[in-house]
Amino acid sequence: MQLETKLVQSGVGKDERTGAINFPVYYATAYRHPGIGESTGFDYTRTGNPTRAILEEAIAAAESGDSGFACASGMAAIHTTMGLFSQRDHIIVSLDLYGGTYRLFEQVLTRYGLWFTYADLRDLDAVKSAIRPETKAIFVETPTNPLMQITDLREVALLAKEHGLLTIVDNTFMTPYFQRPLELGADIVLHSGTKYLGGHNDVLAGLIVTKGTELSEKVKFLHNTIGAVLGPQDSWLLLRGLKTLALRMERHQSNAFAVAQRLLEHEAVTEVFYPGLSEHPGHQTHASQASGYSGMVSFRVRSAEQVPVVLQNLKLISFAESLGGVESLCTYPATQTHADIPQEIREYVGVCDRLLRLSVGIEHPDDLTADLTQALDASLVTGGQLR
Amino acid sequence: MNFATKALHGVSCFDPVTGASSVPIYQASTFHQADLDAPGLYDYARSGNPTRHALEEAIAVLEGGARGFAFASGMAAISSVFMLFSAGDHIVVSEDVYGGTFRFLTQVLSRMGIEVTFVDTTQIHAVENAIKPKTKGIYLETPSNPTLKVTDLAAVCRIAKKRDLLVMVDNTFMTPYYQKPLELGADVVIHSATKFIGGHSDVVAGLAVTKDEALGKQLYFIQNGMGAILGAQDSWLVMRGLKTLKARLDVGTRSAERIAQWLSQHSAVKHVYYTGLCTHAGHQIQVNQASGHGAVLSFDVGSRERAKAVFDRVRLPIVAVSLGAVETILSYPATMSHAAMPAEERAKRGITDGLIRLSAGLEDTEDLLRDLAQALDVLQTLRISDEKKTFSRA
Repeated sequence: MQLETKLVQSGVGKDERTGAINFPVYYATAYRHPGIGESTGFDYTRTGNPTRAILEEAIAAAESGDSGFACASGMAAIHTTMGLFSQRDHIIVSLDLYGGTYRLFEQVLTRYGLWFTYADLRDLDAVKSAIRPETKAIFVETPTNPLMQITDLREVALLAKEHGLLTIVDNTFMTPYFQRPLELGADIVLHSGTKYLGGHNDVLAGLIVTKGTELSEKVKFLHNTIGAVLGPQDSWLLLRGLKTLALRMERHQSNAFAVAQRLLEHEAVTEVFYPGLSEHPGHQTHASQASGYSGMVSFRVRSAEQVPVVLQNLKLISFAESLGGVESLCTYPATQTHADIPQEIREYVGVCDRLLRLSVGIEHPDDLTADLTQALDASLVTGGQLR
Repeated sequence: MNFATKALHGVSCFDPVTGASSVPIYQASTFHQADLDAPGLYDYARSGNPTRHALEEAIAVLEGGARGFAFASGMAAISSVFMLFSAGDHIVVSEDVYGGTFRFLTQVLSRMGIEVTFVDTTQIHAVENAIKPKTKGIYLETPSNPTLKVTDLAAVCRIAKKRDLLVMVDNTFMTPYYQKPLELGADVVIHSATKFIGGHSDVVAGLAVTKDEALGKQLYFIQNGMGAILGAQDSWLVMRGLKTLKARLDVGTRSAERIAQWLSQHSAVKHVYYTGLCTHAGHQIQVNQASGHGAVLSFDVGSRERAKAVFDRVRLPIVAVSLGAVETILSYPATMSHAAMPAEERAKRGITDGLIRLSAGLEDTEDLLRDLAQALDVLQTLRISDEKKTFSRA
């Protein structure tokens, strides 16, 4: 069965009593036991909830994994997964990375004796030389946020396997519709379900998908014990989002191509980062491991002074944190998503104060390019001194 | 303002924009920023959501703290609060904590280099003796789950203050209606809001309140950084529950008192644990530090077989994990709430195979008593000596 079909059919036929096409939202926290030592399969909602279970099955199937786990937020999914590791364990992480993940690693988990090396995962030798006896995992974002750097997932997963490391992939930008890291050798896939999977900027959620029984059991234990689980209403909203994932991703992508093209042509823009462009340095690698390029486009303007003018003049595109929704959003990573990364690291990586990130929505492409054009034009007039 | 009034008219009880009598559910993950240099009140819903925020303010006011936080579950609140500590720290914990807390401390936090000593916190000198140079906090549940042992909160807080230790109290059984640990000197109060605060067995949620702003800032960083937050719809449900908390607890407590009295005179019952009974060891301290005894009681019928007979016969209560709901819930700690605790640890804490926990709901008390009476009747034919057979099976 194709992914689109699987996604649309999530939960259908599962409510046998009523035949409801959409699985109901189970608000119950507790489940009546038939007797001592007997269970219906559900005991307490933190441990398992019927609505959440449908979502967890759906994402596991979509990612070709064995088990799925729904968490309160993307960060809760990452945090829960990191519970696999213990004091003194070492993890290699994408150098370009979502700021919230960096903050969790550097400001919370280091206090528990976990340690992290940030490496350019495009360079396999750099990854190899970062491996130490204490290394337990490689944490990958591809494309990275916000610079769209591409990591060869097959090669990294192979290297990890050789060294007995887990490969953990944050697949938020691509979704299983375009990229399925578990099929390429990864062990765990993570999602901020808030983004494309939910897709409507209306629900916070995180997802974990694991491969293998042993790993699945471990994550199941952590999911229940740490308790950062997703509520039933939010699980249902996410399921609802999943049903239109394929349609939305196609539209996000075609709009992103239109936007990237327009940005390339505009004189206020110096660089455009979109893996779908053939001149993008990771284009070939990405094309070999994913079936599409999604809807995230970053670009640099000529000077930092232009940034506030662009943001102020955008009419259709909202200036807001987050991505992956039907509405187009523009983010300024330096002060928003990546504010917790120290400035010198940010600039070294390339997340400078001229960088803007677009989450291209599903509006008509002409309206989006027109909005961007007028805002960029205005930045050339009032942004003053270029260079 | 008295509790009942404060719960309805304290803060965040209506929508400031429209005047709506109930705060709207902001099912938004992100918020448009009008100006790069002047960030709005909310930017991203993990960092802050207006509906969740209303609940967080409400619980802070009710507990008399500086800041409130809403989490995805009681365990999410507990695990987030423990992230205030770092590798190398040591924490003293009530020995009969909830099984899920015990599991988190011994199987997750221990791997992160945090050491925990479980002590009988009803014995103040035991708490003092457990303190080491690297001790950073004391974690209490009072009354404890499920044998309702009472810890003298003010006494423990005095010891903690002398050594600059953080005192955290799980106030789930009491709620701020009956007990306000922050006023007795504690630094953080935690709730499984799934229980009495939500009150309807329809939402899983956790809450934490810090006494001061500085600690609030630290916990906010963790809440936002780890992201184990409560969703908007669930936040709204918890607030809805809060509005009737006092009325529900009044009724549940009245029933629990009647049931405890009745059980303690029943020949089939070995022991009843309820702080409202003046024979309970912690009765006096409870009266001093709380304004009520709550709706939870436990009783021991002697053996697993006898407990099973009771569970098989009761008709009204839900047999389930959890407590604090409108429905009366009967649970079996040995295999439910405390299943995560090894058998020998359970035995040490009096969580025997004959122990049954009852959370009194809003049913008519006479109906509950009649139902329990017919269920306990069956025990007349089962002798307590059947215990041995059961133990060997376990």
